Amino acid sequence: MPIGVDEWVAQHTDRRDAGTGWRRVMYTAEARVGWWPRLAIAVLAGLVFGQLNLNSNIEQVAINALIYAMLSLGLNIAVGWAGQLDLGYVAFFGFGAYGYAVLSSGTTHWAAIVSIPIVFGAAAIFGAAVGLVSLRVSGDYLAIVTLFVGQAFMEVVNNVDTGKLGGVNGLFGLDPIHAFGAQITTPQGYFYFALVVLAVLMGLLHLLDTSRTGRAWRAVREDELAAEAMTIPTGALKIMAIGFAAAVGAVAGTVFAAQQDNVFPTNFTANILILIYACLVLGGAGSIAGAVLGGIVVTVGQQMVSSPADAGYLFYGLILLGLVAKVRPWRKLAAVLVGTVVLGLALNAIVGAIWPSATAGSPGSTGWIGHLVSNWVIVPKDAVGYGNVLYIALIVLVFALTRIREQWRAYLLVPTLYVAACCWESRLIVNPSITAQILIGAILIATMIARPQGLLGTMRVEVM
Amino acid sequence: MEGHAPLLELDGLGITFGGLRALTSLDLTVAGSEIVSIIGPNGAGKTTVFNAITGVYAPDEGDIRLAGESIAGRPIHKITDAGIARTFQSLRLFLNMTVRENVMAATYGATKATPLESMMRLPRARREAREVHALTEEVLSFFGERLAGYRWDQPAYSLSYANRRRLEIARALATRPKLLLLDEPAAGMNPNETLEVTEVIARLRDELSLAILVIEHDMHVVEGISDRVVALDHGVKVTEGSFDQVANHPAVVEAYMGRDPEALAEA
Repeated sequence: MPIGVDEWVAQHTDRRDAGTGWRRVMYTAEARVGWWPRLAIAVLAGLVFGQLNLNSNIEQVAINALIYAMLSLGLNIAVGWAGQLDLGYVAFFGFGAYGYAVLSSGTTHWAAIVSIPIVFGAAAIFGAAVGLVSLRVSGDYLAIVTLFVGQAFMEVVNNVDTGKLGGVNGLFGLDPIHAFGAQITTPQGYFYFALVVLAVLMGLLHLLDTSRTGRAWRAVREDELAAEAMTIPTGALKIMAIGFAAAVGAVAGTVFAAQQDNVFPTNFTANILILIYACLVLGGAGSIAGAVLGGIVVTVGQQMVSSPADAGYLFYGLILLGLVAKVRPWRKLAAVLVGTVVLGLALNAIVGAIWPSATAGSPGSTGWIGHLVSNWVIVPKDAVGYGNVLYIALIVLVFALTRIREQWRAYLLVPTLYVAACCWESRLIVNPSITAQILIGAILIATMIARPQGLLGTMRVEVM
Repeated sequence: MEGHAPLLELDGLGITFGGLRALTSLDLTVAGSEIVSIIGPNGAGKTTVFNAITGVYAPDEGDIRLAGESIAGRPIHKITDAGIARTFQSLRLFLNMTVRENVMAATYGATKATPLESMMRLPRARREAREVHALTEEVLSFFGERLAGYRWDQPAYSLSYANRRRLEIARALATRPKLLLLDEPAAGMNPNETLEVTEVIARLRDELSLAILVIEHDMHVVEGISDRVVALDHGVKVTEGSFDQVANHPAVVEAYMGRDPEALAEA
């Protein structure tokens, strides 16, 4: 059968995604594994991770990653599938946490097996009530209206019945998750618990995604009028989507509250909402695996950038990864790397010989990275002003890099990389909290340019 | 036919947008297995008729009856459930869903499994899923080679223009309609494809015994398929009858071509 235009167009996307060489091998191998085996592999990897007996700090990050994965997974129902821009979502996270706090502590002390389902159901109803708004407003307007729900939640827990909800002081001394006489007390236990809850949610949502409801949600996202004309009651489906999202968000809230042992109003601010959106968008809205991966990547990434030592690995690692992924052919890549190293060593030696005080400072990195770069980067004794100038130069260079012709790019890349390293060692690493924000921003920009559909999302077209 | 209500009956239908009378006391009937074409210049109100029938606009006056039962004022999806499916003039496919999913989505109203049943894959959900799959294959197969099997798992945006039009018809068929409304099915197609559309529309009537109301500008298509033609201008029915009667009606000629200058001079 001759190949038609449609086939060519469709296969073109496949071909582009598949790439060549080892990437093609990976791509075809990956395509052979079905959804359920993949979930099983991911859960297995999680179980193995839990067995590693890592320190409690890392375990806490892992639990947070799973909680954000759940949150992102829930948001995906409303935003990724049904296309409803629900900015009230963080209220349901808070609702779940406070729901657990009230039901499973203080005077009630209900078992988790009772309280979590109650919170789940109540959140679904609360979510559906908020979803009623979507009948009258859509798009940006829905976003503005639902944003108020998150704010209202904060005001309620801050001010209403401070005896029962704790007000600004929050609620503490919550019961650990307990049922049938057993209870979860260790971080490792919570890690496993969160892992199982997440896996169950992923499985159920996958079954829902491939059912009539999932299809109808996506149809509503694609074209509401056409969906309505094709027998889909769009109003009911939008309410359902926001309700389901709320319920999943609330489950994440119960795990969060039980593990943290306390809840505060500040745990559920608009900042958290933005972070959850970042997880979903980075991972790939519309994809279950993407939402989960986004939650993990953003949580772990945030943790890494806030510790100077890890931030160094992330900084140099991502630059190397970006170069390996983007600079072709291999000879050019090798030339850029060698050129950068040689440029640094030469400049360091020359400047050091002429003007010793200019290289008198030591790089901000410690450990083997610091050792490795100490004779390469130029760091003067008092590096603040110097670092600021380099930072501005770096911005100019990066901008120039995006504007110049392809054939000059490799040449400009060498000084850019060197300036980036010098700037990092002399200035950026010294202010970890500000640098963390810059780094997260840069990573988000780079990822969204490279993969606008998110890490595991599918490319979507708007109008063709 | 005595005692049988026609399948679709518009009775004195009037629609007003602010001060603009889009449709004025329009009477129109479509019988079972009949193909009726609506023609008229741009802005005559043809698509407004479709939007009124499918519930996008509620009629300001008059009534719309499907098999004798009034459907005016019902929600859009209920009207489709009742047996009226449509295609859109400016294609409105679910572009980022696969070809198969586009068709499957249109079976929502005919299936009943709740989300819980779907998640648990309970018997009803499984049975419905099988039925939906079978229906999808059947509906897509209606277009034979053109929407052949190996294209069904590609996103709809990868389809060519003509295939998007075909998919819109397939999607409408998946709602199991009694009456199909086609809004310019041949727009933007080349002569070969236009000929094919004409055949498809005739087959829809002959093989699936559908009644079809079609808006079309291409007079070859209108001539080829119509059992009856209705001409609209400025929201008013100018005339109706066989293609030859309508095409040669002075008011239709005037609406399309303007008045004979000599006649104007005399007037």
